[in-house]
Amino acid sequence: MTLQTAFAAAAPTREITMHVFRGDAEGGEFREYRVPFEEGLVVLDVIHRIQGIHANDLAVRWNCKAGKCGSCSAEVNGKPRLMCMTRMEIFPEGEPITVAPLKTFPLVKDLVTDVSFNYEVARQIPTFRPAPPGPDGTHRMMQEDIDRGQEFRKCIECYLCQDVCHVIRDHEENKPSFFGPRYFVRLAELDMHPLDTQSRRDLVRARAGIGFCNITKCCTEVCPEHIKITDNAIIPLKERVVDDHYDPVMWVVRKLGGR
Amino acid sequence: MSQTHEVHEYDVVVVGAGGAGLRAAIESAGQGARTALVCKSLLGKAHTVMAEGGIAAALRNVWPEDSWEVHFRDTMRGGKMLNSWRMAQLHAQEAPDRVLELERWGALFDRTTDGRILQRDFGGHRYARLAHVGDRTGLEMIRTLQQQAVHLGIDVFMECTVNRLLKDGDRVAGMVAYWRNSGKFVVFKAPAVVLATGGIGKSYAITSNSWEYTGDGHAMALRAGADLIDMEFVQFHPTGMVWPRSVAGILVTEGVRGDGGTLRNSKGERFMFRYIPDFFRAETADSEAEADRWYEDKKNNRRTPDLLPRDEVARAINAEVKAGRGSPRGGVFLDIHTRRSPDYIRRRLPSMYHQFKELAGVDITREAMEVGPTCHYVMGGVRVDADTTAAVGLPGLFAAGEVAGGMHGSNRLGGNSLSDLLVFGRRAGHYAAEHARAAKGMLAVDAAQVEAAVQDVLEPVQRRTGENPYEIQKDLQQVMQNLVGIIRTESELKEAVVQIGRLEERASRVRVEGSLTYNPGWHLALDLQNLLAVSGAIALAALERKESRGGHTRDDYPKSDAHFGGVNVVVRMRDGELIVTQEPLPGMPPELRKLVEEKT
Repeated sequence: MTLQTAFAAAAPTREITMHVFRGDAEGGEFREYRVPFEEGLVVLDVIHRIQGIHANDLAVRWNCKAGKCGSCSAEVNGKPRLMCMTRMEIFPEGEPITVAPLKTFPLVKDLVTDVSFNYEVARQIPTFRPAPPGPDGTHRMMQEDIDRGQEFRKCIECYLCQDVCHVIRDHEENKPSFFGPRYFVRLAELDMHPLDTQSRRDLVRARAGIGFCNITKCCTEVCPEHIKITDNAIIPLKERVVDDHYDPVMWVVRKLGGR
Repeated sequence: MSQTHEVHEYDVVVVGAGGAGLRAAIESAGQGARTALVCKSLLGKAHTVMAEGGIAAALRNVWPEDSWEVHFRDTMRGGKMLNSWRMAQLHAQEAPDRVLELERWGALFDRTTDGRILQRDFGGHRYARLAHVGDRTGLEMIRTLQQQAVHLGIDVFMECTVNRLLKDGDRVAGMVAYWRNSGKFVVFKAPAVVLATGGIGKSYAITSNSWEYTGDGHAMALRAGADLIDMEFVQFHPTGMVWPRSVAGILVTEGVRGDGGTLRNSKGERFMFRYIPDFFRAETADSEAEADRWYEDKKNNRRTPDLLPRDEVARAINAEVKAGRGSPRGGVFLDIHTRRSPDYIRRRLPSMYHQFKELAGVDITREAMEVGPTCHYVMGGVRVDADTTAAVGLPGLFAAGEVAGGMHGSNRLGGNSLSDLLVFGRRAGHYAAEHARAAKGMLAVDAAQVEAAVQDVLEPVQRRTGENPYEIQKDLQQVMQNLVGIIRTESELKEAVVQIGRLEERASRVRVEGSLTYNPGWHLALDLQNLLAVSGAIALAALERKESRGGHTRDDYPKSDAHFGGVNVVVRMRDGELIVTQEPLPGMPPELRKLVEEKT
C-alpha cells in the first residue's frame, strides 16, 4: 500500500481539450474530448483516459509505455511521436492537442494503422550469416567494432522514420521499390557487423531503392532512439554501394578487415 | 461450425511471441514441424522487449570461478528452495549455449576487453553473470529471435488473440482465436500447443507489465484442466518509478544497483544493512565500508545488501516507507551518481537516463531517483514436466517462460527470466514437435466447443446494457494491490476472495460499445475473464500458504515453515470451481542438495 500515497497526492486539477481522429478506411473526423488532467501525464495517458471515460472502443496500439517497444506511434500536433514519451507539458497551455494516426500507412481504425508494409520489407532482407568461430570456439568482437552496430540495434521499430519519409509518405507508388529508413538502418547494421559474410549491396542499390533518398534527414529528426539514421546509416550505405559497384574488391577487403 | 471461420491446421501452434514463444517456434520449425506463431501484439512488441538488465548464464567470461553449479545454487537459494530442482539444473546447464546461439544469430552483446561477452552483477548472483546490451537486453533478444523466425519463414498471426483451448477427449486439439483488427474468428487445429503467454501483472494497479499481461495462458490452461502451481508467489520488483503518477510502476533496472547504485531512505541511511536475513548473512557485507570495497574487489569482500534478491529488497523498501522514512512521493531514493561518473552512467544505463530525463525531468547523472515496488512477475504457472515442458495431465499442451511454474520457486532472480525463456522455449518447441510427430489418429475438433467459444466472445458486444470493462479492471487492480499485495494477511485475503467473486458477477454482465473492428474495450472485456481467474487463483493460493517465503509474505505468519517448505500449492479448476491442494515437492538428488547447502 506504499504507493497509494503517491496516487492520492495527485488528483486531477484541470481539464484539457483533445482532438482525436476517429474513423476507419471508409473515412473519419477529429472529435473533441475534454479530459481531466494533472501534472506529469504523457499523451498516451490522456488517450487512455478518453478510452476509459468517453470512448471504450477508441483504437490505439501500445505496450510498454516506456519508450521501449515502439507501438504507440502517432502524429501529435502534426509531428510523428511516441505517445508514451511525449509529456503534455511541452504543449502550450489552453490550446487543444491534436492526435492523428500515422499518415504513411493505411488506416485500420482511429489511431491504428496497417503497418504490414514494414514486415514485408523485413522479409526481403537476407539474414545474418556468421563467419565460423575462432580457434577457441567463440566469436571474438571488440567493443569499438560493434559500437555502430549497437547504435543501429537500438531501433524499436516504431516506424516514425518510415512515416515521415517523403519518398513514401505521399507516394504510395514508391512503396514497392523503396525499403525506407528503418530498413536502411537494418542493412547498414548487417553491413557493418564484424561477423557477417553476406553481401547485400545489389539489394541495397536496386531493390531497396536507396537512390531515392535525398538526405533531408527528416527520419533522423523524429527517431526517438536518437539514431543518426542519415549520417551513420544511409550516407555510408550510399557510399559503399557506389564503391562496391565500381570496385568489388573493396567489399571483400572491408569484410575481411572486420568493418 | 459456422462456415465463416478461418480454419488452419498445423503440427505445432505457439501462443505468444515473446522470448519463449519465438524460441519455441524457431525450434519447432527447425525440426520440420508445420509451425504457427500467434500473438496479441505486433511481432517484436512482446513483453520481452522491456527486459533491461541481462541474461543470466555462467559463461565465465568475467569470473572463471563461475559454473552451472554455482548458478544452480544461486537460483535455488533465491527461490528459497521451492524451485523445481530439475528445471533449475537444466536452466543453469543450458543457459550459456542459448546465449552463444543468439550471438550466432546476430545479437551484439557488450564486450569484455578481450572481445568476449561482458557480464554484469545482479541481485542474488554470486558472480557477475548477466550477458547484456547496456540496459536494453530484451530488445536485443527479441529482435534477434524475431529476425531468425522471419528468416525461417514461420507463419505469424499478429494481433490475433487466442481465447480458448479446444479439446478432443482428454487431449488438446487446437484453439479458437479472433483477429483484433476485424473481430473475425480463427480456428486452429493442432496436436501440440505451446503456451508462451507471459504473466499476470495487469491484475495489479502498480505494475511494470503492459496491457497484454492478463494471464491468458494461465487461465486457458486452468479451464482446460491443467494444474497451476505456486500462484501465491508474485514478484514485486523493488525498483519501479513512483513519480510522475502516470508512469508509476515503470521498471528501473536492477542493473542500476548492479552497476553501483545505492538505496537510501529520507534520512540518507543505507537501510538495506538492517534487512539482511539470516539465510543470506554469510554472503552479504555487514558494513558500508565492506560493501563499498566489494565493487572493486569481489574476492575479499562480500556483496552489498543492495543486491539481495528482489523479495528481500522489496519488503525492506515497503517497511521503510511504512515507518515514515520514505521519499516525498512514497518510495525511497536510489542514487548512482554518488559512485559513478556521468559518462559511465550514460554508457551503461542509457534507457534509464533517457526514461528519467524525459518522463520525470530527473537527471540521474546528478540526482537520486525515487523508486518503490512494482508488480513485475509471477513465479507461479502451469505445472510442467521439467525436461519436456509438457503440462502435467493434459496431453498436447506445453508451457514455457513466465506462464510455466516451478523454475523460480518462490522468488525469481533477476536475469534468470531471459535465460528461462531461451532454455525452456527451445525445449518446448523441441518436445511439441516430437509430440506432434508421434500423435496418432485424426484430431476431431468439436463444432459445439467452437460455437460455444464464439458465442461467449461475442456476448459483450451484443448486450444492450451493462458495465464498462475499464471500471471493473480498475476495481480488480485495487483489490489485488490492497488485499493481495506485498504483505498479506488472512482477513484481507478472505476479503479479496469475496471481492473477486463480486467482480466476476459484474464482469459477466459487461457491455462494450462500438463495432468488432479493433475495439480495445471489447478486447479488455474478454481479457478480464482471464485476469479474474488468475486473481482468484493467486488469492486462494496465498490463503493456503500459511508462512512467509519469497514473493509471499504473510503478516500473520511472518516466518517460513518447514512443512510449507516441502509443498507446492496447486490450484485446479473442476466444474468451474477453483480447488486448492498441497502436494509434496519432488525430492532433490543428494549431489545437488549438497551444492545448495554448501556454505560460501
